[in-house]
Amino acid sequence: MILLSVIIAIIPLILVVWDVVVQGLPAISLSFFTENPPSPLAGYGGILNGIEGSALMVGLATLIAVPLGVGAGIYFSEWPESRLAFLSSFMNDVLAEFPTMVMGLFFFVLIVETTRTFSAVAGAAALSVIMLPIIARTTEESLKIVPVTLREASMALGVPRWKTIFRIVISTGKSGLATGILLGIARAAGETAPLIVTAGYLSFPPRALFQPTASLPYIIYNFGQAGYSNWTTVAWGAALVLVAFMLILNISVKLYIGRKSTGVRAEI
Amino acid sequence: MEIQTEFEAREEETKLSIPTSLSNVQPKFETRGLKAAFGSNWVLKGIDMKIPPNKVTAIMGPSGCGKTTFVRCLNRLHELTPGATVEGEALLDGENIYARSADPVAVRRRIGMVFQKPNPFPTMSIYHNVVAGLTLSGVRDKKKLTQAAEQSLRGAYLWDEVKDKLTNSGASLSGGQQQRLCIARALAVEPEVLLMDEPCSALDPTATAKIEELMTNLKERYTIIIVTHNMQQASRVADYTAFFYLGKLIEFDETATLFENPREELTERYITGKFG
Repeated sequence: MILLSVIIAIIPLILVVWDVVVQGLPAISLSFFTENPPSPLAGYGGILNGIEGSALMVGLATLIAVPLGVGAGIYFSEWPESRLAFLSSFMNDVLAEFPTMVMGLFFFVLIVETTRTFSAVAGAAALSVIMLPIIARTTEESLKIVPVTLREASMALGVPRWKTIFRIVISTGKSGLATGILLGIARAAGETAPLIVTAGYLSFPPRALFQPTASLPYIIYNFGQAGYSNWTTVAWGAALVLVAFMLILNISVKLYIGRKSTGVRAEI
Repeated sequence: MEIQTEFEAREEETKLSIPTSLSNVQPKFETRGLKAAFGSNWVLKGIDMKIPPNKVTAIMGPSGCGKTTFVRCLNRLHELTPGATVEGEALLDGENIYARSADPVAVRRRIGMVFQKPNPFPTMSIYHNVVAGLTLSGVRDKKKLTQAAEQSLRGAYLWDEVKDKLTNSGASLSGGQQQRLCIARALAVEPEVLLMDEPCSALDPTATAKIEELMTNLKERYTIIIVTHNMQQASRVADYTAFFYLGKLIEFDETATLFENPREELTERYITGKFG
């Protein structure tokens, strides 16, 4: 019975991955990673603009979201009795469930309208707010499972609380932290809706921060519904690249955790 | 009338707080009316006790008598639990560690603690575990650290077993070795007092014997306070033994006297196994 439901649950996943691979593979070649998208009915070209745009925006978003999210997660986990932690932890849950389109529109008003241009900065801001609650929550969860006896052992040695948190608690829970950050990156890399209203599209790689910027999800969205057969294949190819990126990210998370939990040797 | 009775009761308690043979010894630790609570639940109801230096003092009593809470008050660890409070005084060499001006971090540096279950830092090597207290308080001198590591590991009778694998994870050792690693870690910061909260309860008899032997040697340099619910252990290692019951100190005396000739009926009933 359980086996049956597991099989039913993974069938759609397998079908989607299969479809993406079959449809996207014809577009993949070395030039797919080095060229910009083609004109209608003129070969497959490449998705360099999307790869670079996504890398730029996800990178910027990570730079913003990691310190804030990890900081918030530490606060939620280490000061649970604080009212502010309770309140902001609740807000964090709300944020995690927030429609990402609304988040995009918020930054449209805040950044796109005030700077009068779609931009990588607006896109990165929207993505960072989407990553933030994921990172904060996984940080909190991975620090909470660090046994209280380790904190006490450290405190009993005369180590101040903040040092106990940063040197003992975080180092013990760091594989969970890394997982959270990678999950946040994977989530942000796949977001489409907020980028449509914040980053827009550009047919070549980004050259400035305040300029419309392409992204992989936008290419999938835009080229996929255009109706030109070569563009459809480009969209499938972009989807394949994105799915492969996420799979690699997820597998490396698993490998990293596996290595951590079995590692017996440590450095002097 | 009521004041009179309370005064008398208090007088009597004070007499109990120190064995007569210690009345002229300057205590290492002295508690005055030490009370502790979790929320509104008072688990320690006013302990007056004087603990002599360079001796092993055992705190004994049935589960829930407050013995663990008592030692956790002596290094200000109790207050870290959310909702936990402490009242009264605890004097270390005559200075109240609960004074407004006292810094809990500085207090904890003078008082080492070994916990019920071995708790080495899982991400650290054996070497790094031992010197953790030093490195985390900013000591960087490599020579000093290696020296402290060897000295503490020798002090904890662990050196010969681990000297060739100092880079291995602390978690790779056996339970008894881990506990001695934790003792070494506590010794490395050169405390004056060593609190041991049922340090052998998770260990087999061989490992227990090693740690008991260790305690007898360590008391030359440290004041040792050990919590135990094992009466045999108290009689084997402790010079003085205190019997706690329901958050109160019932009796405190030389170990032999307490076991052979207890003054209180409650103590007698406990050591003869009539309750607990």
